[in-house]
Amino acid sequence: MSERLGQERHIPTMRKFDTKVQHLKYKVLREVARHTWDGTLLEHIIDIPKQIFPGPRPTMRCCIYKERAVAAERVKMAMGGDADNPNVIEVINIACDECPVGGYEVTNACRGCLAHRCEDVCKKGALSFDENHVAHIDKSKCVECGACAKVCPFTAIVHRTRPCQNACKVKAISMNEDRSAKIDNDKCTACGACVYQCPFGAITDKSYITSVINLLKSEKNRVYAVVAPSISSQFAYAKLGQVITGLKNLGFHTVVEAALGADMVALKESRELVEKGFLTSSCCPAFVKYIESAYPKMKEHVSHNLSPMAEISRYIKESDPGAKAVFIGPCTAKKAEALKENVSQYVDAVLTFEELQALFDSRGMDITTLEEGVLDNASYYGRIFARSGGLTDAVAQALKEQGLDGEFTVIPEVCDGIDECRIALLKASRGVLKANFIEGMACTGGCINGAGCLTHGEKNKAEVDKYGREAYEKDITSAVSVLK
Amino acid sequence: MKIVVCIGSSCHLKGSRQVVERLRELIEKYSVGDKVELGGTFCIGECQKGVCVTVDDVFHSVTPENVDGFFAEEVIAKLK
Repeated sequence: MSERLGQERHIPTMRKFDTKVQHLKYKVLREVARHTWDGTLLEHIIDIPKQIFPGPRPTMRCCIYKERAVAAERVKMAMGGDADNPNVIEVINIACDECPVGGYEVTNACRGCLAHRCEDVCKKGALSFDENHVAHIDKSKCVECGACAKVCPFTAIVHRTRPCQNACKVKAISMNEDRSAKIDNDKCTACGACVYQCPFGAITDKSYITSVINLLKSEKNRVYAVVAPSISSQFAYAKLGQVITGLKNLGFHTVVEAALGADMVALKESRELVEKGFLTSSCCPAFVKYIESAYPKMKEHVSHNLSPMAEISRYIKESDPGAKAVFIGPCTAKKAEALKENVSQYVDAVLTFEELQALFDSRGMDITTLEEGVLDNASYYGRIFARSGGLTDAVAQALKEQGLDGEFTVIPEVCDGIDECRIALLKASRGVLKANFIEGMACTGGCINGAGCLTHGEKNKAEVDKYGREAYEKDITSAVSVLK
Repeated sequence: MKIVVCIGSSCHLKGSRQVVERLRELIEKYSVGDKVELGGTFCIGECQKGVCVTVDDVFHSVTPENVDGFFAEEVIAKLK
């Protein structure tokens, strides 16, 4: 314990994250991980909430008992969550603040003016005025069109939506009768936007951190860490090479770039594109799930390639039978992808960068003191898959390297975020999209803004491009030539 | 005979692609493709000695410069 506290002084842990919600989640993961290493989890499981909230005063909720009760739910999520719920994203009901979901509301900025533009513009007759001429909206008549809010000269009419519902662009979140948030598992893409946006940390992703530790603890296992290229913008307080050494010190046999899988995918996907003439990418599992649930007729156009994560893990398992593969990345949807039948045979578990931070600290490891290891398997093009537009650049490059760019011209539609994906899919499903390749990324900016990132920021794209340029192999063919 | 070349990060930076490419050429040149299987792995655990190569599980340290000599001594000579 004293060792850990000493380390927190060295690098304030809060600095490693964007939000206090992430920090709290991390503390639970770290304690669960520590007890899993020690083999003492079951006997200490009920102590963890008290350890995190020693009391007697509450630090973030109404009382310490509620804080501890929520922490106990987080412990459960850290241990894999509700096994009966197929979704990797779950709501912690007691943590949900049941935020107002009033829709359009008149605020006290209403001056009781004479113009009553709100009333004039409302086609449903939902606006009325009290004796002070202040506007009121009749909820039974309001259809949430927003016209009144647009015309109010005082901007006194606001639209109240919950942060989770606001974050969920695929509209998978609604409200239970008790007003807690509810996820429609059929619509949910597991992108994790709500996980990152809920200010109470009431929606969270299931963790497989205990499974990973158990894999690492068994000496007979050769556990490969497959890391996503977006790692280049994470762990900014240390050097990437130190993260690699840290992974090996945790017991991983070796570290391999998922970006090498991306190089493999770029070659295959470009050939598939030439063959079929129209294709949507299959790298982003949230985008694929969105097509399946919202545009099922477009399913036949989804590339049949495995994702970079699954592709490289398959290679690892073929070249080293008996090996285990753990993907470490920015993505909560990868946790769902890894449970799919055609992927689970290759990928044993998925961790986020948040969880990797907890894993390092559960061993009291200060990675800034470690020697720098090396990580260099993929090309520039495989690495830039981590940001919006990178996959398209890689497919165009792959066509060129294979001499296919003469017979086929790729006309890409780069969709940065799920809103742009929806527009492109809508157009494509009606045959009016002027493109033959849709690159779909559920997170705005691409994987570098995934929900499982430690930090999210503008500079991340530049970091990934820089990391791409540092690759030893400059083209895709060279990077994959060693694999054949 | 099975030759395994490490293609992990450390060996990659020391030239494992060049070693693999040259080995492929040599296997072709000596027409031993039916007797020699070439494979890859991501770590043999001897990163300091890379490029790490094993021939039927026996370890060898190879460089892009000495791969021809290695092939003559450890592969061709032992196939006879």
